[in-house]
Amino acid sequence: MPKTEQHMSGAELQQLPDAGGHFGPYGGRFVAETLMGPLEELRQAYERYKDDPQFIAEFEYDLKQFVGRPSPLYLAERWSAKLGGAKVYLKREDLNHTGAHKVNNTIGQALLAKRMGKSRIIAETGAGQHGVATATVAARLGLKCVVYMGAVDVERQKINVFRMRLLGAEVVPVHSGSKTLKDALNEAMRDWVSNIDDTFYIIGTVAGPHPYPAMVRDFQSVIGREAREQCLEQEGRLPDALVACVGGGSNAMGLFYPFLADEAVAMYGVEAGGEGIASGRHAARFATGRPGVLHGQRTYLMEDEDGQIIESHSVSAGLDYPGVGPEHVWLKESGRATYVYATDEEALAAFHDLTRTEGIMPALESSHALAYATKLAPTMAPDRIIIVNLSGRGDKDIHTVAALEGITV
Amino acid sequence: MSRLAQRFADLKAAGRTALIPFVTAGDPNPELTVPLMHAMVANGADVIELGVPFSDPMADGPVIQRASERALEHHVSLRGVLEVVRTFRRQDPDTPVVLMGYLNPVEVMGYAAFAEQAAQAGVDGVLTVDLPPEEAEPFLAALRPHGLDPIFLLAPTTAEGRIGTICKVASGFVYYVSVKGVTGAATLDVEAVRSQVARIRSHTGLPVGVGFGIKDGPSAAAVAQVADAVIVGSALVRRIEELRDDPDTLLAQISGFVDELRRAIDGAR
Repeated sequence: MPKTEQHMSGAELQQLPDAGGHFGPYGGRFVAETLMGPLEELRQAYERYKDDPQFIAEFEYDLKQFVGRPSPLYLAERWSAKLGGAKVYLKREDLNHTGAHKVNNTIGQALLAKRMGKSRIIAETGAGQHGVATATVAARLGLKCVVYMGAVDVERQKINVFRMRLLGAEVVPVHSGSKTLKDALNEAMRDWVSNIDDTFYIIGTVAGPHPYPAMVRDFQSVIGREAREQCLEQEGRLPDALVACVGGGSNAMGLFYPFLADEAVAMYGVEAGGEGIASGRHAARFATGRPGVLHGQRTYLMEDEDGQIIESHSVSAGLDYPGVGPEHVWLKESGRATYVYATDEEALAAFHDLTRTEGIMPALESSHALAYATKLAPTMAPDRIIIVNLSGRGDKDIHTVAALEGITV
Repeated sequence: MSRLAQRFADLKAAGRTALIPFVTAGDPNPELTVPLMHAMVANGADVIELGVPFSDPMADGPVIQRASERALEHHVSLRGVLEVVRTFRRQDPDTPVVLMGYLNPVEVMGYAAFAEQAAQAGVDGVLTVDLPPEEAEPFLAALRPHGLDPIFLLAPTTAEGRIGTICKVASGFVYYVSVKGVTGAATLDVEAVRSQVARIRSHTGLPVGVGFGIKDGPSAAAVAQVADAVIVGSALVRRIEELRDDPDTLLAQISGFVDELRRAIDGAR
């Protein structure tokens, strides 16, 4: 069994995963035998290129020239004053090309796919942000692209579906199971196992079998590296707290990881509390879930007493997932990060509040992080600093928000 | 000797290839599973592979996914599957039963509790699709004291070095997945299967079963020439799906199909 003792130091946590992809007892590689070889091939390719100067240069060039990085670290002055406490900075991932942090990872994986000689890209998507980011890099690199999306999500994220089709991707609605993100992931895995020779599977979050959680984290870590430097430059010191929403957890891992060894920096991951924990309609895995195995990893899951996965619920499709990245579970159990939740209602209030106060319309996913910041900031002194990861912009959500308010757009 | 080892030893002595049909427990409904199992044995099944329904059957194609969904609608989960085996055993003390499913329901029950209850119910082998040997040691340790055989998959993508590793921890038989894909997918290439089975045999004396892509008498006969066991899943489950509302015809058709496979296999040697 992998090492299970808790309270590792931040510097030790930064060395994970182990050779088998474990974060403590979590993570690993739980897949059917047919995928074991391809995953090992992927791990070796990733290990080979991640320190390759030419690969890094190409990745950094694309982040700068195609995505528009670095993204600003913006002091939300009016909003901070309104909250009455700590200074709140927003890491503006919403300003990235395609409108969210997702593209950082799809660029990295697509460059890897090209080097591995794969001509076809597949992806799963929930809100459609990862699907759009994948379709975008596929278009740019001239790769064939198929995106799997739960039929329910296809319906509630029509704009992103059309964006993907405009970009030349084939969007396949998935009608099995609960017809949401988890089922899209199942279907993408089935496609991958059936088309191993020419296909690269770009997973959109820090979940799945090893090496995906570590690889996606590494590609997303540009968020935290920039934020750390920017905070030092703008404030002359490190922040006191980081806040990010957690579905699978890639924007949060990307922000947290470079700060793990900075023990004084507190970290808060915010899950989707949906209609409230008592309602059962939520995606707060840390609040009610327990360890289990799904999608190639050991992690916390929402499941029934027989170990069948149950449907999660959230106003934001991007947080609507019954599992969570295994590294987050270990950060929680080791005490390095704290996980809380915000309800649909709290997230919507934060969405409106930031939009009206700062002129920035956040994605509903990011609004969960903002909702927690509204609780955290007033408990801290005015000289304290919070960085909230504004992981995506809210344009994609205006139909959802309008519908909730009974408005036809 | 385990019931599985005994069955394979007997078949070998008789110069026969095993026929292993697969059905999902609880499909099309819990009342029909045991009669289906007895009917398959009566028509020539040597081992029964019983699917444990799971909400997220990642390695299965649409046919077996839908079987899982039908069974779950009837609330047949791991505990229900063990109940099916217990009922089957009352009338059939000899035919080995192998469970095929995913890890999470077993994780939730707990490895030790599962092993004890499975052995008591009369289960002989356990194939956990998403548990590779690298992660399996705690589970294997729980199965051992109860004499349950861990069945492992080998695939066209399995590297030479891994074959030996997998065969060392496997017992009962090893299951060669004949196509790169999910259950019920492509048609298999018999020549490719022949060379892969030979490769596996150079690593182990365990019987080699071949599954995925066997859909009728001729493909069963072709595989029977190279394998120790022919495993048929989706082709059977598809028939169950088509006749799910007509139990009498269903039992007759499944009996007929298993009989057809049996004759094809026996004619091939």
